[in-house]
Amino acid sequence: MHELSVTESILSISTNHAQDANAARVTDIFLVIGELSSIVDDSVQFYWDIISQETICANAQLHFKRIPARFRCQDCNHDYTITEEMQPCPLCGSYRVSVIAGEEFYVESIAVEAE
Amino acid sequence: MSTKTVTVVENIMSANDRVAQENRNQLVEQGIFAINIMASPGAGKTSVILQTIKALSKHVRIGVIEGDTAPVTIDADKIIKAGMPAIQINTGGACHLDAPMVNTALKQMPLAEIDLLIIENVGNLICPAGFKLGSHANIVVASTPEGDDKPYKYPNIYRGIEVLIINKTDLLPYIEFDMDYFQKGVKMLNPDLVSFPMSCKTGEGVDQWSQWLLSRIRRTSGNE
Repeated sequence: MHELSVTESILSISTNHAQDANAARVTDIFLVIGELSSIVDDSVQFYWDIISQETICANAQLHFKRIPARFRCQDCNHDYTITEEMQPCPLCGSYRVSVIAGEEFYVESIAVEAE
Repeated sequence: MSTKTVTVVENIMSANDRVAQENRNQLVEQGIFAINIMASPGAGKTSVILQTIKALSKHVRIGVIEGDTAPVTIDADKIIKAGMPAIQINTGGACHLDAPMVNTALKQMPLAEIDLLIIENVGNLICPAGFKLGSHANIVVASTPEGDDKPYKYPNIYRGIEVLIINKTDLLPYIEFDMDYFQKGVKMLNPDLVSFPMSCKTGEGVDQWSQWLLSRIRRTSGNE
């Protein structure tokens, strides 16, 4: 459900930057989303198709770059990627780990057509 | 017609975060310490708040913002009955509070008359995690019947919080809940987290939590 407010933010950010660049139309929006940020791509796309109508961003293609969650073991310094359930260090079994990637949540760039 | 790429690199939550910062500034100006309590439905958020009021009402003045997805005032009524001002936010079906909703509620709250603001978020382990409200500390109430695997399944909510209350410890003899496994999952996500095992039914752990909170309130209001 919070995908709607997230999608509204994406529209607002993209529109502002497109206007600043004197664009006629936005063709693509490139998003960077870490796996620890809980949003569903399909749901964002669903809202996007509705709320972007009749805006400078209408029909713009959304591109999701997903960044996997990565942890670093504090005991043996091993870096590892989490694909499904969170796990302790696969090398030494330690739970003393820290998150080093996976919380990204931003609009990286937009592609626009000029006037 | 030509096409070009415009670099943006703007956090998707930036608009919300700006309002959250405004909320924080307003609270700091008034010398108010604010906490945002998040949990799944039924974990005991309101019970924790009522216990907190009971423990601290002699020492500090408390105001509560109640977030609910449905237009009900069940929780707010309990707070008012306990003698504290409560402002109800109905999110109209939305699954979380956001900073603008709290900003609106702050306008209705008698800020000059409180030292501690407790914000009870909508019961949900997913969406509230993404929305800063401007509170000084984010708190999660986990409860033992929910299961010991929750940090592994809902990692995001355990990031960026300062305190974890593990409620309903009185039920531990009756259920399968491996406290060690649970705590290990939490520590992986948030090694500096302070946790308080608690039972709102027996009162276990309420003192420790209240003392922590009181020391933070005093540090904020400059009374110490």
